[in-house]
Amino acid sequence: MDFSLSEEQSILADSIARFINSDYDFETRQKIAAGETGYSDEMWRTFAELGWTAVPFAEEDGGLDGGPIQLMLMMEQFGRALLVEPFLANIVLAGGVLRRAADTDQKSRWLVPLIGGELQAALAFAEPQSRYDIANIDTTAEKKGDAFVLNGRKSFVLNGGAAELLIIPARVSPDPGGADGITLFAVHANAKGVERKAYPTVDALQAAEISLEDVKVAATDAIGQPGHGLDILRAVIDEATLCIAAEAVGIMQTMHDKTVEYTKSRIQFGVPISSFQALQHRMVDSMIACEQSRSLMYWCVMLNAADSAAAQRAISALKYQVGTAGIQVAREAVQLHGGMGVTWELDIAHYFKRITAIDLTFGNADWHLDRLID
Amino acid sequence: MRTSSDVARRQEGISFLLVDMQTPGVTVKPIITIEGEHEVNEVHFEDVRVPVENLVGEEGKGWTYGKVLLQYERTNIAGVAMSQYRVGRLREKAAKAVHGGSPLNQDRNFMRKLAALEVELKALEYTELRTLASVATGKSPGPESSLLKIRGSEVQQTIDALMMEAAGYYALPYVPAQYQLDFPDEERIGYDAETATSLRCFNNRKASIYGGSNEIQKNIIAKHVLGL
Repeated sequence: MDFSLSEEQSILADSIARFINSDYDFETRQKIAAGETGYSDEMWRTFAELGWTAVPFAEEDGGLDGGPIQLMLMMEQFGRALLVEPFLANIVLAGGVLRRAADTDQKSRWLVPLIGGELQAALAFAEPQSRYDIANIDTTAEKKGDAFVLNGRKSFVLNGGAAELLIIPARVSPDPGGADGITLFAVHANAKGVERKAYPTVDALQAAEISLEDVKVAATDAIGQPGHGLDILRAVIDEATLCIAAEAVGIMQTMHDKTVEYTKSRIQFGVPISSFQALQHRMVDSMIACEQSRSLMYWCVMLNAADSAAAQRAISALKYQVGTAGIQVAREAVQLHGGMGVTWELDIAHYFKRITAIDLTFGNADWHLDRLID
Repeated sequence: MRTSSDVARRQEGISFLLVDMQTPGVTVKPIITIEGEHEVNEVHFEDVRVPVENLVGEEGKGWTYGKVLLQYERTNIAGVAMSQYRVGRLREKAAKAVHGGSPLNQDRNFMRKLAALEVELKALEYTELRTLASVATGKSPGPESSLLKIRGSEVQQTIDALMMEAAGYYALPYVPAQYQLDFPDEERIGYDAETATSLRCFNNRKASIYGGSNEIQKNIIAKHVLGL
């Protein structure tokens, strides 16, 4: 088997790695995260100039035709950097919907500025009662003349505070919890009846609780075929799951590497703590967990069938892996760093928070194991 | 602190002093912990003058006193009663349709994990009761107290993880201000203290590190209990 990257893929991965090393160290990240918006507009514009925001889109839409392999490479680097800019929310989630289902007019209105880094967008994939079931949608859309009227609540909308464009899945036919009747609506964040409560998250991202009260949406702002939004939503969330799992692989590897380094320099009882066999074996277990996760990640992207059932199962397998072995690596990293590992000052703490949040996003380990059984 | 360095063993020459924190030369630097709160500090002493009568017990016996104190601390860190309370809260929550969703007690995966946790906690409770029964006869907790510290901290961390799992996405908003008394109710995010579950979970990674890390506790058991 050939696991080597194409020249273009290597260039992409290397250029992001170089950028992170030179322009996005932990100190920079912490400053950005502590700022008013929680991410840097300037960085975001730079990402657009570098073409990162164009990667997964088709050439005819102004994109670079990248697939799962490119997304994996990017997200792994973003994990390493603990990047706080809303790549997942804008490009993978909202962009994922637009690229799969928007018509030409909608693409020119939203996808072009999104790729250009001029539009902030969000996809509302969760509701207060839904937990990880994306089909569990209580938000309704009632057809009235040429428009739809939306009512409902969305929770944990990533980038929901900064977004000007909200993509809201709503039920046009009354079938609670069912698969039919879901339509995706593009809603202006400042539309009448939209209320947002924005907040930072524990892993330094930004999200919002959103309520919709009699929000009028033009029928032309429905994305994709009315009533068939769930298939699109599933494909997008699966891809996003792969993305955060790849981010987790980047995080695990970084935490593990830093831990091995730290134990070599931390002297206790007159020797480096890395000389203790009890700790050596645990670090070996962490290394095995990193390698196994990376293997599953490669398997996932090599299936190369983004919307197939096989790819979906592979993604669940990987998400389960990073939710178990990944969390284990992260816990060991904090533990082996001792008291320093639980201080705000050290990056290890922030990697820990992000990988923990990744487990709770788009279905935790058990949830994905269940999906493998079904 | 060390009151003599002319000693045969490192454990000798250590004494306990009571220091008034207002004394010149004492500086306190806050340490912000993983979840963003301030609960610990670095304390620096530079030429701090302490009256001799502030010596606790005998000079040079600090390690002996410390060891006994640490054994009690370990027994205390086990935190069985607090864990029982929190497991009870988890059971209550699992029976509720929080946010209008289906109750967690219909999720067999979750309930199995909760049941396994309860088994572990019951074992810990009775291990602690055995230690207390021994203390009641006049013995000190002994090196076996390390066992309570290890399992107690692990049980707490499992509870933390289950609490976060129960909260789902509501574990993730970072809104510590909403736990201030004057915070308006209508602005609050999440049911009960769901958003605090993550803060506690992150902070509580310390439980397996402080009071002598769990690795040190295992060394103590290996050496002093198993005689290895």
